[in-house]
Amino acid sequence: MTGITDAAPRNVLVVSDLSVEYRGEKRTTRAVDRVSFTIGPGEAFGLAGESGCGKSTAANAIMRLLRDPAVITGGSILFDGRDVLAMSPDELRSFRWREVAMVFQSAMNSLNPVMTIGDQIMDIFTTHEGMTKKQARVRAAELLDLVQIDAGRLKAYPHQLSGGMRQRVVIAMAVALHPTLLIMDEPTTALDVVVQQEIMAQIGDLQQELGFSILFITHDMSLMIELCDRMAVMYSGRFVETAEAKGLFANPRHPYTRALINAFPPMHGPVAELTGLGEGVRFTNIPDLVEVSPGHLAALDSAGTHDILGGRS
Amino acid sequence: MTAQPPTSRPQPGASPQGDPVISLRGLTKDFQVGGLFSRRTVRALNQIDLDVERGEIMALVGESGSGKSTIARCVIRLEQPTSGQIVVDGVDVVREEPRRASHEYRGKVQMVFQDPFGSLNPIHQVRHFLERAIRLHTGVGRRENIESTLEELMATVDLPADLLDTHAYELSGGQRQRVAIARALAMEPQVILADEPTSMLDVSVRIGILNLMRRLRGAKGISMLYITHDLASARYVADRTTVMFAGELVESGRSTSVMDHPAHPYTQLLLSAVPDPDRAGSYDPVERARLRNAVLHSASCPFDGDPNAGCSATEPVRHAVGDPADRHWVRCHMYRPSAEVAARALAADKSEDDDIAQPAARGKKA
Repeated sequence: MTGITDAAPRNVLVVSDLSVEYRGEKRTTRAVDRVSFTIGPGEAFGLAGESGCGKSTAANAIMRLLRDPAVITGGSILFDGRDVLAMSPDELRSFRWREVAMVFQSAMNSLNPVMTIGDQIMDIFTTHEGMTKKQARVRAAELLDLVQIDAGRLKAYPHQLSGGMRQRVVIAMAVALHPTLLIMDEPTTALDVVVQQEIMAQIGDLQQELGFSILFITHDMSLMIELCDRMAVMYSGRFVETAEAKGLFANPRHPYTRALINAFPPMHGPVAELTGLGEGVRFTNIPDLVEVSPGHLAALDSAGTHDILGGRS
Repeated sequence: MTAQPPTSRPQPGASPQGDPVISLRGLTKDFQVGGLFSRRTVRALNQIDLDVERGEIMALVGESGSGKSTIARCVIRLEQPTSGQIVVDGVDVVREEPRRASHEYRGKVQMVFQDPFGSLNPIHQVRHFLERAIRLHTGVGRRENIESTLEELMATVDLPADLLDTHAYELSGGQRQRVAIARALAMEPQVILADEPTSMLDVSVRIGILNLMRRLRGAKGISMLYITHDLASARYVADRTTVMFAGELVESGRSTSVMDHPAHPYTQLLLSAVPDPDRAGSYDPVERARLRNAVLHSASCPFDGDPNAGCSATEPVRHAVGDPADRHWVRCHMYRPSAEVAARALAADKSEDDDIAQPAARGKKA
């Protein structure tokens, strides 16, 4: 306990000024740079950005999954008012999965190929809840039912299931212990659009039923705006813009956000030329976020313009 | 066309001027899969008829496993088709060059691959890739100066000329893909096959590559076969879009016509799944089940009853849709792909798994 009373005590997760560095012998790279955000109960918050922008590193920091050479160098992470960075290994054991669960990128390949789906799900209940095998089997069947997979599939091995079904199984396993927060890192990137949409709908249904909060990480702005209530755009470790998701899509203020949205051309209307970032254009010295309209913050300089330095367009 | 034409009637969507740069007729490709005791044949492409006009970008869309990359690999001659014709620039290449593609053919048809990290050797300088392509193709001697050609190529793909002396490993993904495109352009090809050229790139540079493709088509008149699973980018970049399902074509036409007025249930299914922030309440499981059923077990066709339509459950008859200028056609809804092929294709979903693994449960689930 830090003793500091949080401004919004109802928030499930409060991340303040989080910084993470990758320390090398020759140089140190700051992957997450003074990032702050909150997630309320039952809220879906999105982190968008391209590969290498630090979004996965931020998620791993929240789970305390970072290892050398990554070091959390500043800031705080409060979960339900408790300081995640001060947790002991024992506390972390029950914190992970039971309170915060994570679905990793291409998680469908993380299932053990030589164990049946049922055994893998039952493991969660026998290990974390101390259930007997019989009880665990009943719970495992219920869990599969939750993601609309026939309980007969408990005896199946992962290779007997399609990619979409495996992903459903992984998501079911993540919510098995009714976590307060579910972190999903690109949960649908390896899937076709049709399956992707069905999985996303499934996640929405599960959230309604179980009431968890979501931290959703992706580079696909269209997908993010469909699922998330609020979102942030991350670039080079910094937040460049954060707002209510639909508002941000309708009225992006930062040029990088615009480039990210333009990467996904619209599906209706006349085909108009879109512009992205020029090759080699880099934003540097990204300033702190300022409020541009209520609830909408962007990293613009005081004149409301932006800085592009080192551009090579 | 000397081999048997697919049908005797004129096909909707056929080439108006009759001189397409790529013309596929009855292209079929079988793969042998499985080991010693479980050997079987999988038909990846079944009787594909497709034209790509000169100066046109044709998008080929569909889910993974639908056969879109196999078409490109057959055209570039990385795969030998099981049967059918590949006519490029008036030459039936499978017949004329049965064993391997000629030097001349490789100059005409170039490919840009999905992964620019794999397609460029990291230890070479950018100069190496372009110079080699130029010298091998045009026979320019070692001593001749081709510096201006190199600089021109770099300018065409919007890269600064000073990058010529950097190594591939120093470049970003977007820059690498531009180099890969420049290398293809060095051959002065008539057609470029682009297999998911943007799917490995960072999102913020993706649109730049698409714009480059549009510009090359406009300025140089290069034709492209753009293979993608991203329907939004196909709508953005391609003049025409062809939709593939289970190794066959189901719908084709002007991109905006196909995307804004999809006629085939499979195209409707695909389009309904594209994330679209402007569309409220997008996912409707009931509608999804209806479309899925219509794709696999349709018994009715909107053109049924029209004596000229000639609906058929066994032949992939094409019906013309809308304005003839859009060259929009849809495969007859009555046509049923073979059960094995279709079940494999509507992949990764529970209905499909039920079909394969629990045939007994099939009736009650439907």
